[in-house]
Amino acid sequence: MKLMRTLLAATALVAVMGGSAYAKQLVFCSEASPAHFDPGPTTGGNDFDASSRTIYDRLVEFEHGGTAVVPGLAESWEISADGLEYTFKLRPGVKFHTTSYFTPTRDLNADDVIFSFERQWKQDNPWYQYLEGLSWDYFQGMDMPKFLKSIEKVDDLTVKITLNEPNAPMLANLGMDFASIVSKEYADQLAASGNLADFANKPVGTGAFTFVDYQTDAVIRYAAFADYWRGKVALDDLIFAITTDPAVRAQKLKAGECDIMSYPAPADIEGLKADTNLTVLEQEGLNIGYMSYNTTVAPMDNVNVRKALSMAINKQALVDAVYQGAGQPAKNLIPPTMWSYDDKIVDTPFDPEGAKKLLDEAGVSGLTLDLWAMPVSRPYNPNAQRAAEMIQADWAAVGVTANIVTYEWTEYRERGKAKDRPGAFQIGWTGDNGDPDNFFATLFSCSAIGVSNYSSWCNEDFEKAIQDAKKVSDPAERTVLYTKAQEIFKAEEPALTMAHSKVFMPMSKRVVGYTMDPLGIHRFDNVDVTE
Amino acid sequence: MLRFILQKLALIVPTIIGITIASFAFIRLLPGDPILAMAGQHGVTPERYEILKEQFGFNLPIWQQYFNYVAGILQGNFGVSLATKRPVIDEFLTLFPATVELALFAMLIAVALGIPAGIFAAIKRGSWFDQITMGVALTGYSMPIFWWGLLLIIFFSGYLGWTPVSGRISLSFFFPRVTGFMLIDSLIAGKPDAFISALRHLILPAVVLGTIPLAVIARQTRSAMLEVLGEDYVRTARAKGLEPNRVVGVHAFRNALIPVVTTIGLQIGLLMAGAILTETIFSWPGIGKWMIDSISKRDYVSVQSGLLLIALIVMAVNLIVDILYAVINPRIRVQ
Repeated sequence: MKLMRTLLAATALVAVMGGSAYAKQLVFCSEASPAHFDPGPTTGGNDFDASSRTIYDRLVEFEHGGTAVVPGLAESWEISADGLEYTFKLRPGVKFHTTSYFTPTRDLNADDVIFSFERQWKQDNPWYQYLEGLSWDYFQGMDMPKFLKSIEKVDDLTVKITLNEPNAPMLANLGMDFASIVSKEYADQLAASGNLADFANKPVGTGAFTFVDYQTDAVIRYAAFADYWRGKVALDDLIFAITTDPAVRAQKLKAGECDIMSYPAPADIEGLKADTNLTVLEQEGLNIGYMSYNTTVAPMDNVNVRKALSMAINKQALVDAVYQGAGQPAKNLIPPTMWSYDDKIVDTPFDPEGAKKLLDEAGVSGLTLDLWAMPVSRPYNPNAQRAAEMIQADWAAVGVTANIVTYEWTEYRERGKAKDRPGAFQIGWTGDNGDPDNFFATLFSCSAIGVSNYSSWCNEDFEKAIQDAKKVSDPAERTVLYTKAQEIFKAEEPALTMAHSKVFMPMSKRVVGYTMDPLGIHRFDNVDVTE
Repeated sequence: MLRFILQKLALIVPTIIGITIASFAFIRLLPGDPILAMAGQHGVTPERYEILKEQFGFNLPIWQQYFNYVAGILQGNFGVSLATKRPVIDEFLTLFPATVELALFAMLIAVALGIPAGIFAAIKRGSWFDQITMGVALTGYSMPIFWWGLLLIIFFSGYLGWTPVSGRISLSFFFPRVTGFMLIDSLIAGKPDAFISALRHLILPAVVLGTIPLAVIARQTRSAMLEVLGEDYVRTARAKGLEPNRVVGVHAFRNALIPVVTTIGLQIGLLMAGAILTETIFSWPGIGKWMIDSISKRDYVSVQSGLLLIALIVMAVNLIVDILYAVINPRIRVQ
């Protein structure tokens, strides 16, 4: 029966291809439909996989499998000594896609770069609200309006970005999905014909794959771009088969209906690893699951009490039970894969006796605390409810009573933000751009209190270290500062660093060259398939 | 007959009003802020939150939001999806044919198997056939669809390799969409292989979706037949010496059909609900899956309008069933 099916499919394939029966095709079983194909306003990994990573390029890129920034559409750049001016030299001869709906008449130039940012920044730009209810979430979230002073065209292939204040992570920001470079010519064509929405549904970029077709909620088809500036990639056709249930994705992979899949369910991983036709890659995610103590509410304003609470918790047992092998205990806020990670830091030990002693010394007895648990599974913490139960038991052993508290996810985050929120709050973070600032400053700077600093923690020394690190460009200097920040963080314990989770990527053995990406992006431009 | 239809239509208006109020209220009763649900892990600053709130009209009093919504509906504007920024009616019409194709096929299986099973169970009442059929029907009715679907996938697609795992058609087929029905479009494109592929992809999801209607129809047919077979006119027909098959097939069955048709009509409405689970398991790109995704994303507009459109369709189907019922049973028309 399998033979019949293969023959049938092969015959059909030949008929469809019209003779070119050796087209290299990769089928990716993805986990969700993209909202549309404009990566500026979207925020999900599924949106980016389907748009920015296939169809578009950026000024700079993250290297495959790492977070280091390498040249992209900009072949070189210079940063002024004061860190305020970034001058990018664009690569000459970069072509935009020719599709059934657009034929470019010119190559990429500075106008495209300027438009790509101004459309997200300037409220009077006709494209600022080209879709109803549009919101440029990452442009806002990365504080671009605060830092950007101007983007100017120096000449056709040179763009100068001027900042209001030095911000070393800015270069990494330009490698993010929202910073994808789009075609001004295509935008002008659509504006003239009045079909602005096509910009998001019939996309045009410079990337490795051109958009062919999207069957809503079902299949996305791409074809390799023959004139790609890096040279046509190995694959000819790329297909996303949208399959929302992880168990079904695994079945499809095993049956050979797709070649590679995202986000296997933890229960399926052993079975997939055991399959001799499949390979399962794994990597630590660029993430952290942690639990914030409100450092402004007694008795957690006492560092020894916070230390005691952390010492009472058996972190290894927690990670084993909650992450089921897909995680490792965390001792720092940033994961080991991130540069400036300080391995010399010694984690808070599991010591219930020592914890009781510290609590006694602090004059704390019969303490009752709220223990917040997320209602949903997150990449950095698959089961916060279970983690809360285990922490509750560990704390009971040292005389601390925990009330487990939970709300609907968006409400959970809103209530958690409150400066006077009582208790310990489970939360986490996934890195956006591979820069340590994205963890330290976003999550624990003084200005983040009430926004994303769930510990309401403002420490003078820590703040100085991370603010200085923002202003300096040299990674070695920044590493020294971030090492200091990690030492202070461990000494002051504003939060319990719980775990970094692992990400798994199962694929057929015929897939060659796929690299796992710390930022969780699924990229296929360097992938080949063997027959 | 015309008065009968008009009477039915008149009832629809207050029903629709009730549904708009219910769907409007339902999504707003769920905890979770739609603006925050759309934002990424960075969230939104309080200033941007206010701007977005105004953009979506969430700052208006609730009754005004409702009236703006209804005014839009009356002009044929079902709103713009908060998630994809596309008109909801476009999304709905793109995805609806997939659900219809699946539902019709499921109903076909349910009727083609359920009615004969019910008839024979009634004729051979008390026999092993009757006991087994009704036992299987009860099992089918009680099983969770999700579990049943996954089980079938693992066995028939995974272990035996007889059927594809999910989706509507093999990925190697790529032809223009005309009606949105894979079976029809593949024939229009002149690809019989694609037709076969589409059929093979339909089998498992249709079986899963049709399981409960099959069970219900089988039991209902059996009950109706038993009742009719006990009637005087059937005994008369037998006494007259009519062939048994004719007695059952012509005289008894036609009358038993009346409650069965009503059941089928009700089942079609339930199929819309069942489609949600089936579509999720089989990655069937229909409106069931779309509704679930919209609810989890707190896409207020898609949920409101989606519920209304589904309700309209279910009401239309029920109206047709009522009319059909009146056609079969003339006594109803006079009431």
